Amino acid sequence: MTNVAIVGAAESDLGRTGKSILTLQAQAIPRALADAGLTLADVDGIATAGVSRFSATQVAEYLGLRPAWTDSTFAGGSAFEMYVARAVQAIEAGQASTVVISYGSNQRSARSRSLGGVKETHTPEAQFETPYGPLYPFSHYAMAAQSYLHKYGAARESLAEVAVAAREWALRNPKAYRYGAGPLTVDDVLGSDTVSSPLTVADACLVTDGGGAVVLTSLDRARDLRRDPVRVLGYGECTTNTSMAAVDDLTVTGAVESGRAAFGRAGLTPADVDVLEVYDSFTITVLLTLEALGFCGFGEAGDLIADGRIRPGGGLPLNTSGGGLSYNHPGQYGVLLLVEAVRQLRGEGGARQVEAGAATGAAPKVALAHGTGGILSTHATVLLGVE
Amino acid sequence: MSTEIPLPDDVTAPYWAGTEEKRLLIQRCAECGRFQHYPRYMCTGCGRGDLEFVEASGEAAIDTFTVVHRPLPGFEAPYVVARVRLAEGPILLTNIVDCPPDDVACGQAVRLTWRPLEDGRHLPLFTPAKEG
Ligand SMILES: [Zn+2]
Repeated sequence: MTNVAIVGAAESDLGRTGKSILTLQAQAIPRALADAGLTLADVDGIATAGVSRFSATQVAEYLGLRPAWTDSTFAGGSAFEMYVARAVQAIEAGQASTVVISYGSNQRSARSRSLGGVKETHTPEAQFETPYGPLYPFSHYAMAAQSYLHKYGAARESLAEVAVAAREWALRNPKAYRYGAGPLTVDDVLGSDTVSSPLTVADACLVTDGGGAVVLTSLDRARDLRRDPVRVLGYGECTTNTSMAAVDDLTVTGAVESGRAAFGRAGLTPADVDVLEVYDSFTITVLLTLEALGFCGFGEAGDLIADGRIRPGGGLPLNTSGGGLSYNHPGQYGVLLLVEAVRQLRGEGGARQVEAGAATGAAPKVALAHGTGGILSTHATVLLGVE
Repeated sequence: MSTEIPLPDDVTAPYWAGTEEKRLLIQRCAECGRFQHYPRYMCTGCGRGDLEFVEASGEAAIDTFTVVHRPLPGFEAPYVVARVRLAEGPILLTNIVDCPPDDVACGQAVRLTWRPLEDGRHLPLFTPAKEG
């Protein structure tokens, strides 16, 4: 347990915005502060990435702030779950009182995403991997999926189910990129164009603009604010690799360690979690993460998610916004996992609101947000709860 | 092709020099005996720096693979990107060549082959081992 809470959460404009990165940041941050009943003057900590080499510094200046604490750890999509841990520590240590975690990307409008990834010629990957033409990050996740199917004799359809369920949630979220796109079927996923086998374009997350922000402060202060505090119950992280050949077994990720740490700090187990927001860069990412976090045994995720369990109305509600697959994926999606977890815990999910127990009709009490960055490179788990 | 492969650095120079003679060199730690790839200045097993390059047997098995259908510039789809585990232990990223992509499988035995680069270096690739 920690003595820090999320007190505000918001999205920037999403989809294809035609707006700059800093505009999206400057939408999300004041919206999240307004949600919390706070103003820019209250902010003394900023954590962000994806703006420039000096990301947090850039955002601080843009907002006209001189923060006492910043963090721009670059860890891809999981950075924001890591920032929650850092922010908790900074607030508990007294270095900051009110921290904003934010992100914005205009990658769809700017057409800045490429299948080859970013080439950094001084890295070992440049000498020992790029000569072979892997798509970054697509081919790495594809190799993980191939290994998973081989190792466990798992059904290809289990991967597709992740995308099908995400679409079902997105159809209930007016802000989802695929809202109104109609349902997706397993056959649709399998029949889509293969990009890097066995994964098709429908196994991969969207490429959209988007962003968001969350605001954290001490639990004591949070209790005086306008929203019910969403307490940070636990956190954990694990960093494993930058290259495609470094990890011995692609089917066992660093979410083993990040999850163990987060559940340990929270004094909880997977059975206590009412709603899950799990980074779905690719369909395989979700299966590997659920197993690593201990929601089932290794090789058993296909059974775990079968029979509509992760779809609306199912017993294991997962990626209730529609996820990176059908809602929004602005390059580093992790901040939006936190935003959706907060919404669900506050009972603000609208047509997609999860109930803690089908019988009770009560809002969920415990949410898990898990970020995965790079090529299964960085893993960070956050457990959140309401009283 | 060769222009797309960055030049060797202080630590990787012996590896690339070996490819000029079609020798696949991997590092072995004199302290703890660990093999590692790619080459590093220190051993990831024990942290020490007494490393020597030894020639790999060229025998390997496919750990996992993917068939790329949307080629990067300079590549012709479909092509097979694979992680192969050398008999000595380390995993390499490579291509599986001279084989229909549909015939590639996890666990398959493969052997080393080479593609010449314009500058005299060679790129290590793998192909299915002869059966029997
Ligand atoms: Zn050693």
